[in-house]
Amino acid sequence: MTQSVVVQVGQCGNQVGCRFWDLALREHAHVNKKGLYDEALSSFFRNVDSRESDGGAHVVGGRIQHLKARAVLVDMEEGVVNEILQGPLREMFDSTQLLTDVSGSGNNWAVGHMTYGSAYREQIVDKLRKAAEHCDCLQCFFLIHSMGGGTGSGLGTRVLSLLEEEFPEVCRIVTSIYPSAEDDVITSPYNSVLAMRELTEHADCVLPVENQSLVDIVDKIKHMSHGGKPGSAIKRDSTIISGQGGLSGTEKPFDAMNNIVANLLLNITSSARFEGSLNMDLNEIAMNLVPFPRLHYLVPSLTPLYTLADVSVPTRRLDQMFSDAFSKDHQLIRADPKHSLYLACALMVRGNVQVSDLRRNIERLKPLLPFVSWNQEGWKTSLCSVPPVGHSHALLALANNTCVKLTFMELRERFIRLYRKKAHLHHYLHVDGMEQSCFSEAISSLSSLIEEYQHLDATKGTLMPDAPRLRIAR
Amino acid sequence: MSIVTVQLGQCGNQVGHELFDIICSDALEGQRKVYSTASCERFFHQTTHGDLVARAVLIDMEPKVINQSISRAAKSGRWRYGESSHFSQKQGSGNNWANGYCVHGPRHRAVVEELVRREVERCDRLAGLMAMMSVAGGTGSGVGTYATQCLRDIYPKSFILNHLTWPYGTGEVIVQNYNSVLTLAHLYQLSDAILVHENDTVHRICSQLLNIKHISFGDVNGVIAHQLGSILQPALTADSHGVYSRNPLGELVSALTCHPEYKLLSVCTIPQMPSSSMAYSTFSWPSLLKHLRQMLISNTKMEEGIDWQVRPPAGSERARSFTGPSFNTSLANLLILRGKEVYSAETDGFEDPALYTSWLSSEEAFNLWKSPVPFNKYEKCATLVSNSQALLRPLDNMVGKAWNMFASRAYIHQYVKFGISEEDFLDSFTSLEQVISSYSQLS
Repeated sequence: MTQSVVVQVGQCGNQVGCRFWDLALREHAHVNKKGLYDEALSSFFRNVDSRESDGGAHVVGGRIQHLKARAVLVDMEEGVVNEILQGPLREMFDSTQLLTDVSGSGNNWAVGHMTYGSAYREQIVDKLRKAAEHCDCLQCFFLIHSMGGGTGSGLGTRVLSLLEEEFPEVCRIVTSIYPSAEDDVITSPYNSVLAMRELTEHADCVLPVENQSLVDIVDKIKHMSHGGKPGSAIKRDSTIISGQGGLSGTEKPFDAMNNIVANLLLNITSSARFEGSLNMDLNEIAMNLVPFPRLHYLVPSLTPLYTLADVSVPTRRLDQMFSDAFSKDHQLIRADPKHSLYLACALMVRGNVQVSDLRRNIERLKPLLPFVSWNQEGWKTSLCSVPPVGHSHALLALANNTCVKLTFMELRERFIRLYRKKAHLHHYLHVDGMEQSCFSEAISSLSSLIEEYQHLDATKGTLMPDAPRLRIAR
Repeated sequence: MSIVTVQLGQCGNQVGHELFDIICSDALEGQRKVYSTASCERFFHQTTHGDLVARAVLIDMEPKVINQSISRAAKSGRWRYGESSHFSQKQGSGNNWANGYCVHGPRHRAVVEELVRREVERCDRLAGLMAMMSVAGGTGSGVGTYATQCLRDIYPKSFILNHLTWPYGTGEVIVQNYNSVLTLAHLYQLSDAILVHENDTVHRICSQLLNIKHISFGDVNGVIAHQLGSILQPALTADSHGVYSRNPLGELVSALTCHPEYKLLSVCTIPQMPSSSMAYSTFSWPSLLKHLRQMLISNTKMEEGIDWQVRPPAGSERARSFTGPSFNTSLANLLILRGKEVYSAETDGFEDPALYTSWLSSEEAFNLWKSPVPFNKYEKCATLVSNSQALLRPLDNMVGKAWNMFASRAYIHQYVKFGISEEDFLDSFTSLEQVISSYSQLS
């Protein structure tokens, strides 16, 4: 069994991270009835016998004493991390896992990346190394951050390149929260584009999540649970946005949205943690879904978003789950994959689903989804037998689709609108180490990324002839 | 003589477990002492307490599946795996053949060789080695290929049979065609015979013949194990002089894979039906064999949907080497009959020269094994192992898809990262095009 370390950077990163740990505990508590520290738990948690950080860590199989999250928390303001340390999850983290400062990054990527990045380089590497040393077999780093601000975006991407430098063999999966168009941080386009370049160069896989999509999903669920038809009452604690059953009591403002992202992470790691008839390890995600090194942006969609109180799930419902995964309502970024080109697609199924159900649905959906000519059957599937809490099945679809190009083009638009007028540029250029070339390089990296997607898109719909085969001389 | 099985990767370990389970319950069934002894000797060794321990080595790069297989075997109460006959690591091969072949394989070479050596030493005489794996993933395919290479080096005179499971055409792993091409090209140089099961085919058997509504991998593996068991259980052969053959792999290889360019074997078994229907069915050898023969020549793997229109070419057509497009020409066939009244079965239909390619006489091309003992609860059961064009189309499709992907260089960087270059890919493609060409020329 392998372990993963979660690195949460910035306000958003830490809030999402916090929801993740809460839900992860809930999930394991649900499955782990005997209170034994098993392999599944060890993938995200350490078991120590005292609250001291370096108390003897326990081997798998013993009783659970104190669980510590395999995490590193970084923020340049203290607010969020302090709140975590005063909340019910405080036992999960000890001081060696935290890195904070007081003044924040002022929504400035350059401050996060250059100033803090340099100042804290040693400490960051130290804490990462400690977390890695506690792992028997470290497979993956999960980085959670937002793109629009200063710390998550700037320092977060600095951490990413440190991860590549110090741990080149460990997979890096990044969950990035992209700002909506109406984001209240004016310079979010700058921060996002500067961060994008780092993601393109240093991440193995990026799961872009748009704030607007999360808002839409939350609204839809609230609407459903209030205005539902009689007899179709939704089980409260089974919505994907609910933190019920976890440690935290009342829900805070962004909790609903953050829970969705936390569920995304839980589902992605489920097959590596629990058993099933067709396992999928984390290193298989990049292997199967990333045909060309830079095109590693995967559109996530999650179903179901809630379960109805009616517990029995006939086959039709199961098929509905698959259809939903390909509907826009369940995607975590606003894009239209059905009208673009699929390069590859992964279906990670949880619960009591058999391979025949999987095959049947793939057969059904295939004709509706345009795949690139050389990957007509580009499906990667996994079956994990343990469903998430409150559901009998769940499905996470990760699509490498050229529709992300449109998201990036919009981002580029917003960047150019600001950059053309040199608006706010001086805030960045004043920072030590930051130069105008950083901007031009970043935008050029984004443009060439868009080009690559464009190039593949151009092949859509045209009948590509099969490449001529080698011929054996007789 | 005994067979040592090496189970590699998730698929190899899951199918292997089903195989030993079926063999054990078949062996222990009823009062068939000679058969039972022969079967147990072949696949298990007996401890001083009388426990049956499988002659198997379990290899995987992650521990979950092996743990499951070992505990399920132990729970059966009738047999188990050896306590230290397994090796696993913490992290899998990531569906990457190069990772399996270039990194994991060499890294763990010594351990794997030692485990196999121990099993081989426990055998009085070694009939041969069987490696079981899938071709789509990273461990079974990559580590499996490397392991086969090592075994070939250590046991140059032993028979090595590779049992391969080919994935569903519509994908379980996106890079499955690359992994399959690399595996097959390498194994062709190392293996004595490559016995193939395709998930698609077995899936159809489950749904149409066995009427299973929600087919799981357990069901698929059960069918594969049944077919494989019906080949490997003791049988009387032409050379075994009235006793159960002591050289099953050797005889299989000499019957079927006499030419180095032709090593791909396919299987079909008749009848296959849900156990609930068996009590109500009667079987006759003439009917079973008639269906099986038509299944062979029309290349259908089940007794439903057989195309009876397909016929072997008539004499004059053969001279001009004209065969209909759907006629499946064989190089060699091995027919294995098990059950009641097996001595009365007439197998002339399989000796018809029209079924075979012209450069082997039908006496040499057709081989027959028999066992009067019913297998796995089927009163009568006929299995045909064929070296024919049956796998030509699936192989061609697999190579075609892999080639298309290679033309755009998609995913290649993932393989280069671990040490497999574009040259290596080209070599593998060339080898397989050669195999495709050879099989096409049979007709």
